[in-house]
Amino acid sequence: MTTPKVLVLRAPGTNCDHETKYAFEIAGGQADRVHINRVLENPSLVEQYQIMCIPGGFSYGDDVAAGRIFANQMRSHLANVMHEFKNSNKLILGICNGFQVLIKSGLLLEDDANGDPPATLCWNNHGLYEDRWVYLQNNSDQCVFLRGVDRMYLPIAHAEGKFVMRDEVVADQLQANQQLALRYVDASGAPANGFPENPNGAQRNVAGVCDESGRVFGLMPHPERFLEGTQHPRWTREGLQAEGDGLTLFRNAVEYFA
Amino acid sequence: MSLWEIDIYPADGQIDRAGEALTADAIDLGLDVSIQVAAVHGYLLEGNIQESDANRLADKLLADSIVEKTVVAPVGDQRLQQSPVEEALLVYVINKPGVMDPVAMSVKQGIEDLGVAVEQVRTFRKYWVSGVDQDSVNRLAEKVLANDAIEQVVHGSLRLDALALGNAYEFELKTIPIRSLTDDELEVLSKQGQLYLTLVEMQTIQSHFQQLEREPTDIELESIAQTWSEHCSHKTLAGRIAYKDGETERHFENMLKETVFAATVKIREELGEDDWCVSVFKDNAGIVTFDEKFNVAFKVETHNHPSALEPYGGANTGIGGVIRDTLGTGMGAKPICNTDIFCFANPEVAHEQLPPGVLHPRRVMKGVVSGVRDYGNRMGIPTVNGAIYFDDRYLGNPLVYAGNVGLIPKDKSFKEAHAGEWAVVIGGHTGRDGIHGATFSSAELTSDSEMLSGGAVQIGNAITEKMVMDVMLEARDRNLYSCVTDCGAGGLSSAIGEMGEEIGVEVYLDKAPLKYDGLSYTEIWISEAQERMVFSVPDENWEEFRTLCESEGVDATIVGKFIDHGRLVLKYHDHVVGDLTMAFLHDGRPPIIREAYYEIPEITEIDLEGKAVGLDQDLESILASLNVASKEWVLRQYDHEVQAGSVVKPLVGVQNDGPGDAAVIKPVLGSDKGITVSCGMNPRYGDYDTYHMAASAIDEAVRNSVAVGADPARIAILDNFCWGYTDRSETLGSLVRAALACYELAVDLKTPFISGKDSLNNEFSYQNEAGEKVTISIPPTLLISAIGQVEDVSTCTTMDAKQAGNILYQVGITKRELGGSHWTLVRELDAGAVPTVCTDNCNSVFPAVHQAIKSGLVRACHDLSEGGLAVAAAEMAFAGGLGITLDLSTVPTDQDYSGDTENIVKLFSESNTRFLLEVAPEKCEAFEQVFDGVIAARIGIVTEEDQLVVNNGESNLFATPLGKLKEAWQSPLRW
Repeated sequence: MTTPKVLVLRAPGTNCDHETKYAFEIAGGQADRVHINRVLENPSLVEQYQIMCIPGGFSYGDDVAAGRIFANQMRSHLANVMHEFKNSNKLILGICNGFQVLIKSGLLLEDDANGDPPATLCWNNHGLYEDRWVYLQNNSDQCVFLRGVDRMYLPIAHAEGKFVMRDEVVADQLQANQQLALRYVDASGAPANGFPENPNGAQRNVAGVCDESGRVFGLMPHPERFLEGTQHPRWTREGLQAEGDGLTLFRNAVEYFA
Repeated sequence: MSLWEIDIYPADGQIDRAGEALTADAIDLGLDVSIQVAAVHGYLLEGNIQESDANRLADKLLADSIVEKTVVAPVGDQRLQQSPVEEALLVYVINKPGVMDPVAMSVKQGIEDLGVAVEQVRTFRKYWVSGVDQDSVNRLAEKVLANDAIEQVVHGSLRLDALALGNAYEFELKTIPIRSLTDDELEVLSKQGQLYLTLVEMQTIQSHFQQLEREPTDIELESIAQTWSEHCSHKTLAGRIAYKDGETERHFENMLKETVFAATVKIREELGEDDWCVSVFKDNAGIVTFDEKFNVAFKVETHNHPSALEPYGGANTGIGGVIRDTLGTGMGAKPICNTDIFCFANPEVAHEQLPPGVLHPRRVMKGVVSGVRDYGNRMGIPTVNGAIYFDDRYLGNPLVYAGNVGLIPKDKSFKEAHAGEWAVVIGGHTGRDGIHGATFSSAELTSDSEMLSGGAVQIGNAITEKMVMDVMLEARDRNLYSCVTDCGAGGLSSAIGEMGEEIGVEVYLDKAPLKYDGLSYTEIWISEAQERMVFSVPDENWEEFRTLCESEGVDATIVGKFIDHGRLVLKYHDHVVGDLTMAFLHDGRPPIIREAYYEIPEITEIDLEGKAVGLDQDLESILASLNVASKEWVLRQYDHEVQAGSVVKPLVGVQNDGPGDAAVIKPVLGSDKGITVSCGMNPRYGDYDTYHMAASAIDEAVRNSVAVGADPARIAILDNFCWGYTDRSETLGSLVRAALACYELAVDLKTPFISGKDSLNNEFSYQNEAGEKVTISIPPTLLISAIGQVEDVSTCTTMDAKQAGNILYQVGITKRELGGSHWTLVRELDAGAVPTVCTDNCNSVFPAVHQAIKSGLVRACHDLSEGGLAVAAAEMAFAGGLGITLDLSTVPTDQDYSGDTENIVKLFSESNTRFLLEVAPEKCEAFEQVFDGVIAARIGIVTEEDQLVVNNGESNLFATPLGKLKEAWQSPLRW
């Protein structure tokens, strides 16, 4: 099996880069943490990688809006190289802040006719940062990262994770395309009925979205925070799982290149 | 040049959450219920910006067209004054000039990315207030919308011509004539110059310069004041103290060294080759061994005075500062978790009851929590442990303790600067912020403090510090520098002064990168601008060091050179502005000599007979008391899982919402070795006896760590003394008595203190309506923070009941110790014996509990603290979603109690060194073997009933549904 190379792209304020690199490595990939400045200096740097991941954190402090400044850099300076990466049968993953960057940069969902993104991630309904574990349901057959996944239990930790689409037309189309890939559900698997199962008020309980190809995926929950049993909030009462639910995402990405 | 204002409103159909929250706060303030606040935020952009560009920036960068809409116009334009609602009054809130505006810095970068040239950016907030008159709006602005310490309020239209700050600075060397001053004049100089030095200290400085036959320059006086400040030198507690308490008399040459520090010295001697302390009481944080590759560093700091004036900024820079402490320990530790403990007054106090100059406690609490949240979360450091303590004596002086644990490679645990190396500062630029923070934090707060000392208040920029951390850990691993320390209180003056203490240093003040023009050489030297670290870099590494910093956008500047001349030489361009010997600066301070007296209070017992009525109600009241009540509202705002090492989270149990005893993390990815972090604090016990308060705090911190699985032989602790005005002999006496307990407990438990810090003079004075001076002193408040170790985290346990049918044991002995207890708090009684600690008991109970947990014999373990057994059992039950039935008749006690006394003591006494443990029936035999010779007794059972049942033998005392108990516990702080 070939070992894919993973670019863990960090910016000032990115803070989940170490554990995200670790997640790809235990899944069998070879990952490098690379500062955005290196890519801005030399955009062709990305060509040697098969997987790009923008990890969680507070790029540029979440100033103005989460992911906005980073996304703006991608739009202004890296649009070509990023779209080329996306169109080369490679994989792109955005986790939490990375999801916010992917959405706001137009890399995950193409801009509409006005040149604006069709969806956004905005402030949680209750207006606060929230750290909480959530139940998730896979609703997509094509999302590469979610292959073989039915349900997952993962933590969220964000202030601006409410997924909002421009209008119902956009929403219906994304849903029909199975792009609203990951949804908040309750412990029994039924659709989340408000807070706290849906922790931010996301439309249609959306926690993660993929592009039409299923190779670009962004999600608010943190799969890299549940790789092993002791990370589960109730392992002391329910016993240790052999591995965490989040590991599958990274393994799916690596195995895509097997 | 044009100046644009871009207002951001919620789009049609979107809810204005900030406005809604402010409306609620306004009504809470007592304003008319018809008030409505609409909140807007925005940006001021100055530069050669065309209207089309301004609109493009608004659409593409500053607003989100799906959820927001904008108004774009030149500042002062009519379009900006069109109210979205009828008859509203307009208020702008904008930072005072020079206050840190991190968002503006990012916006500038974003604008440049879009190819537009911009000179200056500032952010602001804007409010439309309707339904009330101008007087109400003024009051709302003052109390809710803005903080005068850092912000200014503009009513109506904004009138501004330009944003640029600062004017060119014209050099002028200032000398301060001191040699011929009288004592009175010296005291005036100390106060007016905000030096906060005593007369003896001023006299010492005077005679020093008389010998030198010259007058000092302003910067020399400032350097001495910073170095000699209470904050930097801890002169009171490290000074000579004559102590008496009726039982003992002690004369200390250096009180801290002979108590807290001496305990560690003794423990290390006794441990001999097994000594696991690495660096104690000398670096920015204490260091102990961890595994084959790493040591761990731990430090807890206080940031009380700034948090009283500006809670958000004070807490923000408090956590930022303690993170720099561990970063600046040895050659730099990587921060792995935070712990935060706060003390506030009752958040429900009426606005009318507040003294002048005091912020409402709820506003303080919300600001402090937000400040810690925003800094810790942005830094990517999990906040895993904490506590909040409420007492009305914290009204004028809230306490904010911020702690950080760091992981440091074994071979990077020590550092030393050398002559010939460059003094390099990296990170944030120097501004006028935080001038006189060190001396200010050593002074008593008054209702005028806000006006006098506003410059000492700052806002942090976590991302700058994150960038500094990223490059410095890389530089550390490449061995590019030989010494590092943080810029904390006293700024460059303290950092460079300390680093060069044993060598000598020459400083080029004109080289320091500035936020804006106009700073004098003295302001540059003492500014406490945040997010700066100072390094000693050998010349051959300078280029690589600088390039590394530059590659991630971090400024690195040579600001001095270490020279082997034993002097501190300060230069501004070609002028020598200061020249002091290190010997005078660091050792010239005259010793402080103080008297300390403590009167050990007599114990008055409470007659408990006839009082065992409504014990179920007492339990609910204690669960609902603010100290015990759930802090979930706070905890969920902290990222406690970043870095992916979380093992036992702050909230545990079947619904992830029960109160964990201590946090467990595994800091090295791929390794199962863990660290526990916990704390202990009991200010109410201090009202009875500060000795037992300190002893109890140590016991509590240790037992919380033991409860989750830490090895009691590998727990290290920190002390943070926050006290009132220690010039008063009885106040100092109460502190010395606590320090004596620290010594004895630490030595007996072999639990070393590895670092500590004190904050004195926490008193608040104001004039009441009758014109009399009223002073509120905080209660003596000792925080003990513990860091423990777990060989294999998969042996850890949590406090939630796990399985019906399991047996419950009480480990440890219950005594009649209700003094300062939460039962007396809710019963409004003020007597009883305060809980004591028997260290022999600790040394048998703690290892046995650890052995049982490590061997997998324990399903749940919860320590007994506030509210005693009753609260521990209730929490264990509702956290596990399982019933508990207790039989008080078998609870182990020191003597036979009967009647009401028995039931009250067994349920609510707060005796130390006790645990409630859940054991599966098939493990009971093995469990009891571990506890052979240790006090442990079966006192109950886990059930499938949905209630807590308390019996004593055949008689039932009460049965309360779990839902009722949990609601009592969750509702008070469910904000």
